[in-house]
Amino acid sequence: MESDATAIQLLLRGDAALFAAVRLSLIVSLSAVAIAALVGVPLGALVALTRFPGRSAAIVALNALMGLPTVVVGLVVFLLLSRSGPLGALGWLFTPAAMIVAQAILVTPIVAALTRQVIEDLWLEYRDELTAMNVGPLRRMATLIRDARYSLVTILLAGYGRAAAEVGAIIIVGGNIDGHTRTMTTAIALETSKGNLPLAIGLGLVLVAIVVAVNALAWFARRAGQRYAG
Amino acid sequence: MRAPRSELPIRLEEACVAAAGVAILDRVSLTIAPGAPTVLMGPNGSGKTTLLRVAMGLTPLTGGRVAWGGLESVNPARRAIVFQRPVMLRRSVAANLRFALGGGVFARARHASRVAELLDLVGLVGLDARPAPALSGGEQQRLALARALARDPAVLFLDEPGASLDPAAAKAVEDVIRAVAARGVKVVMSTHDVGAARRLAGDIVFMNRGRVPEHAPAAEFFAAPATREARLFLAGALLV
Repeated sequence: MESDATAIQLLLRGDAALFAAVRLSLIVSLSAVAIAALVGVPLGALVALTRFPGRSAAIVALNALMGLPTVVVGLVVFLLLSRSGPLGALGWLFTPAAMIVAQAILVTPIVAALTRQVIEDLWLEYRDELTAMNVGPLRRMATLIRDARYSLVTILLAGYGRAAAEVGAIIIVGGNIDGHTRTMTTAIALETSKGNLPLAIGLGLVLVAIVVAVNALAWFARRAGQRYAG
Repeated sequence: MRAPRSELPIRLEEACVAAAGVAILDRVSLTIAPGAPTVLMGPNGSGKTTLLRVAMGLTPLTGGRVAWGGLESVNPARRAIVFQRPVMLRRSVAANLRFALGGGVFARARHASRVAELLDLVGLVGLDARPAPALSGGEQQRLALARALARDPAVLFLDEPGASLDPAAAKAVEDVIRAVAARGVKVVMSTHDVGAARRLAGDIVFMNRGRVPEHAPAAEFFAAPATREARLFLAGALLV
């Protein structure tokens, strides 16, 4: 990216490097949220609906993991994926795959902990009806997840917010390689360190606009769903 | 009579439910037999809802026993209950009914026609696509009734089905109860409404302080209640 141009000018000019960063940011963050949804939603529902020894401790741990420091996650994933690490053979270090893994680890506890709370609250409301209807455990979980879907969308948006704003983990495991692992946030960090504040600010505005656009899309989808599907 | 031997009669023997040292049901012995609706009456806190939940199999006893058709452990698939404040699943009216039909006695191919039958029975035709939580109180109560009837229960428990409803909505619910009872479903309901009890009941179970001081045919109960508590209750006195 040219250092003397603003991000808006680069966007208007169709700057390839900038578009690559925007594209990679979306791919990494949305993939991480998708993985977090696949793991975190069932996990949160399971914790909400089952009783087991140490459940309270598990809930406290899940809640605490929401505040996981990004650089710590980056460091752990770096150690796991480094050549001498247990997953080094995958060859993922300094690739988008490593960035997705790191962000998924950051987002999953958020999705799981908030899902647990939402499903538990809905279960209190539905318990008598579903028990009276003789609904088994798996169908019960599927029903609660389905009927909590609008709240779950909000939770996933919170997760996306965390992923989209994150820089500490992906800069460690991705390396901020131009055209390969450079995202909006790592580009902002780099341009700021170079003193190119207009470009950094411009990139920041673009990032905020993307986050707002994703949230607006989800909000309209939620409204339409509520109106037409109940 | 449709009710199979496996559900009726429902017999409670010295049934007790206690919570935090307080007796909610206190050595209740009672037989709910096939026939016209059985109506539980009594003041607030007398144990009507708990008795319904025990008979439904939702609340375990802390003493005594309950048996359905002579068996203490019977799959509750052919019992259904409508709670005083039924919870609408967050989906359309028809989807609420389809949900209740899931895993039930009707083949999937029959679900659409069964939903149509149920909507017709409870007078909600044309509202099938509306989100259930957006219905009025009376409509929600009727949808809850339809949902409870979806799996063709042998016994239907109703907890204060007309409570908080305006007269038109209460009448609509009563009409459904009457139609359901006429089809051979055993209705067991609780109510504060003496008028509704007079109109619907075959027999009255009068409850007070977790006990059943009186259980009699409705005509007999209303003509000459045997206990002082029942006389006071029917006279509108406050039983405390």
